[in-house]
Amino acid sequence: MSAVIEEHHDHHDHKPTGLTRWLFTTNHKDIGTLYLWFSFAMFVIGGLFAMVIRLELFQPGLQFVEPEFFNQMTTLHGLVMVFGAVMPATVGLANWMIPIMIGAPDMALPRMNNWSFWILPFAFTLLLSSLFMEGGAPNFGWTFYAPLSTTFGPPSTDFFIFGVHLMGISSIMGSINVIVTVFNMRAPGMTLMKMPMFVWTWLITAFLLIMVMPVLAGAVTMMLTDRHFGTSFFDAAGGGDPVMFQHIFWFFGHPEVYIMILPAFGIASQIIPTFSRKPLFGYASMVYATAAIALLSFVVWAHHMFTVGMPLAGELFFMFATLLIAVPTGVKVFNWVATMWKGSITFETPMLYALAFVILFTIGGFSGVMLAMTPVDFQYHDTYFVVAHFHYVLFPGAIFGTMAAVYYWLPKWTGNLYNERWAKIQFWLQIFFVNLTFFPMHFSGLAGMPRRIPDYNLAFADFNMISSIGAFGLALTQIIFIAVVIGCIRGKRKATAQVWEGAQGLEWTLPSPAPYHSFTTPPKVD
Amino acid sequence: MAFFHKIRTALPVLLALLFSASVGAEELQYNMREGVTEISQGVYDLHMLVTWICVGIGVVVFGAMFYAMFAHRRSKNPEPAKFSHNTLVEVVWTAIPFLILVVLAVPAVRLLVAMEDTSESEVTVQITGYQWKWHYKYLDQDIEFFSNLATPRSEIEHYEGEGKPSDPNYLLDVDNRVVLPVGKKIRFLITADDVLHAWWIPDFAVKKDAIPGFINEAWTKVDEPGIYRGQCAELCGKDHGFMPIVVEVVSEEDFDAWIQSKYDEQAEAERLAAEAASKSWSKEDLMSQGEQAYNTYCAACHKVDGTGTPPVFPGMIDSPITTGPVEAHISIVVNGKAGTAMQAFGAQLTDAELAAIITYERNAWGIDTGDLVQPADIAAFKAGN
Repeated sequence: MSAVIEEHHDHHDHKPTGLTRWLFTTNHKDIGTLYLWFSFAMFVIGGLFAMVIRLELFQPGLQFVEPEFFNQMTTLHGLVMVFGAVMPATVGLANWMIPIMIGAPDMALPRMNNWSFWILPFAFTLLLSSLFMEGGAPNFGWTFYAPLSTTFGPPSTDFFIFGVHLMGISSIMGSINVIVTVFNMRAPGMTLMKMPMFVWTWLITAFLLIMVMPVLAGAVTMMLTDRHFGTSFFDAAGGGDPVMFQHIFWFFGHPEVYIMILPAFGIASQIIPTFSRKPLFGYASMVYATAAIALLSFVVWAHHMFTVGMPLAGELFFMFATLLIAVPTGVKVFNWVATMWKGSITFETPMLYALAFVILFTIGGFSGVMLAMTPVDFQYHDTYFVVAHFHYVLFPGAIFGTMAAVYYWLPKWTGNLYNERWAKIQFWLQIFFVNLTFFPMHFSGLAGMPRRIPDYNLAFADFNMISSIGAFGLALTQIIFIAVVIGCIRGKRKATAQVWEGAQGLEWTLPSPAPYHSFTTPPKVD
Repeated sequence: MAFFHKIRTALPVLLALLFSASVGAEELQYNMREGVTEISQGVYDLHMLVTWICVGIGVVVFGAMFYAMFAHRRSKNPEPAKFSHNTLVEVVWTAIPFLILVVLAVPAVRLLVAMEDTSESEVTVQITGYQWKWHYKYLDQDIEFFSNLATPRSEIEHYEGEGKPSDPNYLLDVDNRVVLPVGKKIRFLITADDVLHAWWIPDFAVKKDAIPGFINEAWTKVDEPGIYRGQCAELCGKDHGFMPIVVEVVSEEDFDAWIQSKYDEQAEAERLAAEAASKSWSKEDLMSQGEQAYNTYCAACHKVDGTGTPPVFPGMIDSPITTGPVEAHISIVVNGKAGTAMQAFGAQLTDAELAAIITYERNAWGIDTGDLVQPADIAAFKAGN
């Protein structure tokens, strides 16, 4: 990145150089950049774990890794992707974009901002170092159900616990920063109901984070005391309850799902109007729908645990509440379609990603409705059908949303245009492989293949081989992605301030690249 | 619906063509099983209903989207419209999904209530999940047994790259099947001994978590005799993928005969165990019996060569257990170690088997303590336990 920055001395940007610039930076753009690179590094590591999984599942029989190591791979893949790749990516986008979208000079709490990023490399060093410990890395799945993770967990579980604590602290500080910035630093005239949708969705995400991260911290702390200090929170022999762990975990875990997807909703709501050359349809209902989804996400957690043996009334309540989420989610999808309706649409790469996001996320939403139906869920639960479902909402959902954002704002960040041709090639290859990987998982799951198994009956062989081939291809397309991004950073073709003809919003009033210090005097919004 | 029906019949053909290269004679399973009970049929019907509703919504929504992409692209529609809301439309498309959900919820509630009604059962089977096997106890008949994976390790492990599995029941075969009578309401009481497991037979649409310290209830009534296979459906550690479930549903006469044969088997086993326990074994006998039993019950964790996977599954060689006092060695095998995967084998194996395993562990792999443990030693330990 330094090559880019050096070219712009004309902005009189005072900043340290070299390593200290990144270590001590309090600049929201630098911190956003750090988050995004960190996220990509974790995406690669988590992806390598996924390659190990798909390699072992390529055909029946154990060929490459032992079941014990396989379980470590599924666990770390989940943890690294959720906490290392998806969440930091959206925090990076928030850091870069929220101040320049609301006309603020920086985030409200810049030193805390620095700290909330720099905790993350330590958190993931703790977590990933467990791979090299005696007894291996955590092997109990990213959901770390007790008692497999407590009394039965490997010694490295304690490193996992402290790693999760650090990630939680980082997320909470990041969200406090977003909330304080949005409430206090909007440009004069920018009322809440004039804020860009990305800012709205992130504001709501930040509240979700503040609500549930402490709950996760509580869960891992109880694990720690169960493991070492003689408590029995999750052990029936001491008066505890292993199911209580699941209630606490999913009280965090379900809002967490929306923490990962709401920013992507915001991104789609920025991009689709730009390339449809038409204002976002139903802005107010978008805001209310996002808030409704966030509120409902607190009362649906037990749909992850229909098979634990809840009372009938509990099963009914969680089924109804979960089905209800389909209503505001539907509203959002209809609004996006209505935004396109009678627009003047062009299909640059960010738009392609946003459209793929809407379609494939909706497919993930359909399987979500199916999973919400308790009696049918008994068959789907803990099979590859669930794996297909959440990968559809996370990969072509959250990750495509992030990629759409990267292509959309990259010219603003770097001042250069990216190579549209290669970006489109990457898009089409990725769309092919993402479906080749995850769509067959619906079938293997319905046919009866449980998740988290290193080996399977011959009946599941074909679908697994297809998924594995898709996964290998999907990994390769990421090489094109990073090549396009680096090509853009080093690019020669300058972007204008406006970049996209139809784009609206304060960020496009700044030159490209956005100067190191922007909106030092607030703009006026009418 | 005729259109849907056409797709329904065409889809398997298309898929079969697609995968015919490797499928061979077997029919490709790509959808949920209809199963063999009234409940599983109801679940299947609901699954198909919600699937087709989702497909229908998808066709409408994506259809509108693709139409907009095509008809409202810039080259066709250079002047975009300006509208940004329409209250009536927004109310309508909030209300319609809500109504669809109500339509889905009604049959779901009816089915769920039926699934949770475990009353008036005729046979009760208690199912306990262990790492990594199932234990079944017929409460009224007083029969109990363990059910282990029957697929041999040599069929599973291909780390050297040789061969591949070919058994159609690969990983779905057990040594002792659960046998149930046809047409009777069976109640399952499901629990676990160590970590969470889940007992699942897709053909019955029964899946319930096995939770240590708690007992869950489920039920089924199977109208077709046959063999039905399932797997553990909750991550339970290393061999989660290797603890299948096989249920054989038979006529009532065959069920009674099976019960009788189990009684005979148990009596015979007790007689043999008593005989083995009273006799003093030679080292050769103990070692050969021990090797066999060790490889069956212990090698999954401690490995055939005794190296284990430390520190979670300790090795045998240089271990203070196998080289230290015999008493401590017997104690850990009989009583297990709380909070670890080391189970209490005292009740699972006969005294002769325990004696043979312990002798084997103290003399194999170059340990050579020379200690011989006799079944009588185990009995004495248990008596003082």
